Parts: sequence; structure tokens; C-alpha cells
Amino acid sequence: MALLKTEGLGIQFGGLKAVDEFNFEIDKNQLFGLIGPNGAGKTTVFNLLTGVYKPTSGQITFDGKSILKMSPTQITQFGIARTFQNIRLFKNMSVIDNVKVGLHHSQNYSLIASVLHTPNYYKGEEAIEEMALSLLRVFDLDQYAQVKANNLPYGKQRKLEIARALATSPKLLLLDEPAAGMNPTETAELMETIKIVREKFSIAILLIEHDMKLVMGICEKIAVLNFGTVLAFGTPDEIKNNPDVIAAYLGDEE
Amino acid sequence: MKKKDIRQFILSFALALVIYGAFMFAMNSGIINSYWSGILIVACINVVLSTSLNLASGYLGQLTLGHAGFMSVGAYASALCSIYLGTSFIVSLFIGALAAALVGLLIGIPTLRLKGDYLCIITLAFNEIIRIIMLNIGITNGAKGLMGIPMSTNFTIVFFSAVITIYVIYSIVKSRHGRAIISIREDETASELAGIPTSYYKILAFTISAFFAGLAGGLYAHYITILIPKVFDYNKSVEILVMVVLGGLGNLKGSVIAAIVLTILPEYLRAFSDYRMLLYAIVLIAAMIIKEKNLMPHIKEKFSKKKDENKEVAE
Repeated sequence: MALLKTEGLGIQFGGLKAVDEFNFEIDKNQLFGLIGPNGAGKTTVFNLLTGVYKPTSGQITFDGKSILKMSPTQITQFGIARTFQNIRLFKNMSVIDNVKVGLHHSQNYSLIASVLHTPNYYKGEEAIEEMALSLLRVFDLDQYAQVKANNLPYGKQRKLEIARALATSPKLLLLDEPAAGMNPTETAELMETIKIVREKFSIAILLIEHDMKLVMGICEKIAVLNFGTVLAFGTPDEIKNNPDVIAAYLGDEE
Repeated sequence: MKKKDIRQFILSFALALVIYGAFMFAMNSGIINSYWSGILIVACINVVLSTSLNLASGYLGQLTLGHAGFMSVGAYASALCSIYLGTSFIVSLFIGALAAALVGLLIGIPTLRLKGDYLCIITLAFNEIIRIIMLNIGITNGAKGLMGIPMSTNFTIVFFSAVITIYVIYSIVKSRHGRAIISIREDETASELAGIPTSYYKILAFTISAFFAGLAGGLYAHYITILIPKVFDYNKSVEILVMVVLGGLGNLKGSVIAAIVLTILPEYLRAFSDYRMLLYAIVLIAAMIIKEKNLMPHIKEKFSKKKDENKEVAE
């Protein structure tokens, strides 16, 4: 059974159909690429999947349940985490605190417990600390634990955002242009990181990316979006040779 | 972590006791006269006000201008309990704080959907509404003032109220709940998508903030013994906000220092009689410029060396 399935998903802003009749499926542990020209509606799809926008039509099923009525917070708790096209870290918090925010629900000591410093509080905080550090270690960020997130170099900020998303222990991770603004070396490093993340956490990853080398290199399935609808769907090789896709990216011959 | 934490807690508490002892000794032996001990009491009340507002404005990041409104709810509720129900002082204080928290909750639920300027104006309006209600309902005796409140507030109770307020807010900020609150200030959308129930935490922080404002109100009522609605107007809210901004949004130590300095400063300026408020304003402007240019950490260091009472919140 598919992990995530959308049927006839669409959203309309005034007269503009930003996404229309969007159908696709992601299986467990799959690396899925979503590509398309600028303005095709890729980020809008992310916003629909995470509940930031409410669709005007269609259905989203995740892990066998409809998530249409859920708030963004509930959807995250239910297992979909994401990063943003333009990094949105908690800039004035330390690197480790950024991850700890993502780990909020991993512990459940109460407000009273934190004021009274009960054993539960210490147990919870220690567990959070440990989990946060081990997550940072995956991304080689542990030596920056106490640094303000804003002071990290760009590439590391991207990684931290992925770490924070993973802290919510998702089943599906949405990455919105993770390689944007990176040089080829950083991109290659990121490709490795994404592969490691998928294996280590055994999660599915849905990726928006403009860097074709990255997308073709690591994704198992790709959907091409154009003007809000799915233009093509298949393996990287199928996509590469699809005349519609070539037309959308390079223009028709006439 | 646990050991270090407990050691730090015991140290801070011991320090607070030493400071308390020193002040008590100074007051009893006449080194601090009754005039200045009165100012110290007001300073402690202001510490409760500024640290509690810091939770809502500094950590949660919602600029509110209604803190005096919550203070007034706490003041009237506790005063009325003392006068008409004859409850003991501590119980009255507690009822006052709870009443303020309840009002905070009721105001918070509809208004915290708003952001920035809008929330600011709504809380300002709320402040005025409370003031006008207090002015017009019979039981508060309106502009003539509510009299006959027992004079129960003393230095001991205000000092430990301040210590407890600082301790509670510090503990909250250092927990997973505090991190959730701060993340809302940093980026509300990202916070939501990191799984934080943002509405819940906004209302929670706002309510706790109101609770301690109510406590401060109760302390104030039982110190001044007469309540006039005009005291809790817009100016008072601004005064508290100035303390928080001057001390630094999201900086508890700063709030404590700013509250003490801004309570004592006008007294020192009495020597300049007519120009007092003018000078006060100039000092404020200068302080803000210094802070903006980031000279504050340096100055703060000097302050914390001189004023040991601020060390209890030292991280």
C-alpha cells in the first residue's frame, strides 16, 4: 500500500488553478523527485501536503488516513516533516535547541514538572539532549551544538533544517530545493546525506529540486509538474526521454 | 546535567537568602530608611511585572500593551477579597493572580490569532476597557478609589514573590515548553511545521504572564491600600514595556536590572525637581541608543558586579 496518495488534488487562488488534478503515490522508503519549470506549483504541492494550504478539491491519504482535516501541527505529528525553499530556522536559538524543538513531542513531561524540576523533567531533558546530539552527529553538526543557528554557514543551515525535520520522527520527509544556492561539491555532499538519511531512518523522501544531476542521480521515481498538472511520471530514464518533458523545459520545435 | 542543575539552584537560592538577609538587616538597623524601603518594595513589584511581561513579549514575541490591565484585575480582585470576604493575605494574592490569569485566557483566545501591531492595539484597547469598567462599577468605588485594603505587603513577601516569579519563568523557558514558546517568536510557521501546537503555547505563555501581573497587582494593592483606576492606565503598560525592552527582549537578567534601575532612577532625579521627567526621558533615549549599538553587554557586566541581587538569575 502506498504511504502517501493524492487523488484529484487541486487548489485555486481566485481564478488561478495553481495545482489541478494532481495524482501521485509514494511508497514506503521511496526516494521521489518532483520537478518542473518555475511556477509549476511544486511548492504549492508541499504546502498542500503539510496543511499550510487547504485544497479546494481532491483527497490526500497518508498512512491509510485522510489528512485533509488536520492542521499543520497535527500533520507533522502524524508523520510528514518538511524543509523550506528559503531556509526557515529558529535563527536566534542555538543549533541544538533548533533540533530540540523538533523533538518536542518525544517527551511528555508537564509544565508543572519543569517548574518543580521533578525526576521526570530531568529524565525527559536528558533523553532530548541525547537524541538531539545523535541527530546532529548524523549531519556532522555536533561540534556546532551551542552556536546560534544564524551564524552557521549556508550549507550547514540547510543540513540543520533537515535535522530539525527528522527530529519529529517522520515517515515522509519533504525537501524543498535542498541544493539551492549550493556549489557542486556541497551538492554532491548533500546527495550522500540524503541517501544516508533514507537508509538510517528508513523513511520516504519527496524532493523538489532544480539540479537535474541530483534528481536523476538519486531519485527512484520522478513526477514532472507543469502548470499545476502532472506532465509525466516515471523512472529517471523514462523522464529524460519523454518528449513532453523536453518540450516543457526547452520549448516546442515550432 | 541534573547534579549541576541542582547545585546551581541551591547556590541561587542561597544567594537570594543572603541578599534578603542583607536588606532586612539594613532596614532594621536604619541604614535603609523607610522611604527607601518603600521604593525597594515598588522595585520588587516592578521586577515581577517586567519579568512576567518578558515571557509574553520577549520569549513569545507578542508585543502587548495591556499588562497594566492584568495588574489592575489582580489588584482589584485581591483587594475585594481581603475587604469583603476577609480572606487571608496570601489567599487574596492567589485569587487576584488567578483572576488575572482567567482574564488573560479569555482575552488571549480570540486575540492571539492577530500579530504584531494588531495585537498591540487590541491589548491597548483591552487595557482601556478594564480601566473604564473599574471606573464605573459600584463595587470598586470608581474614581473615588477603593479604600480600606489592609496594609499587608512587606519587603519579605515582595522579595520572595519576585524570586519565585523569576524562578518559575526561568524554569519554563529552560524546558521543552519554553523552547516551544521561543520557537514561535522565531518563526511561527516553521514552529507549526516542527509539530509545535502554536495556539496552545501562545495562550499558555500569555496566561502565565497575566497570572504574575495579577500577583504584582495584589502586592501593589496591599501596599498602597487605596486603588484608583487611573493608576493602571496605558502609561503604566508602557512603563513596564520600557523596562522589558531596555533590559532586552528575552533576557530575564536584563528585565530585573531594568526594573530596579527604572524604579530608583526617578528618585535620584528628584534633585533636579522641575526637569525630572525631562531628564528621565533623556536617560531612556540614551539607554535605548546604547542598547541598540550593543554596548549593553559591557554595561550589564559592570552592573551585575555591583548589584549582587541580580545574580540569582545568572545562567
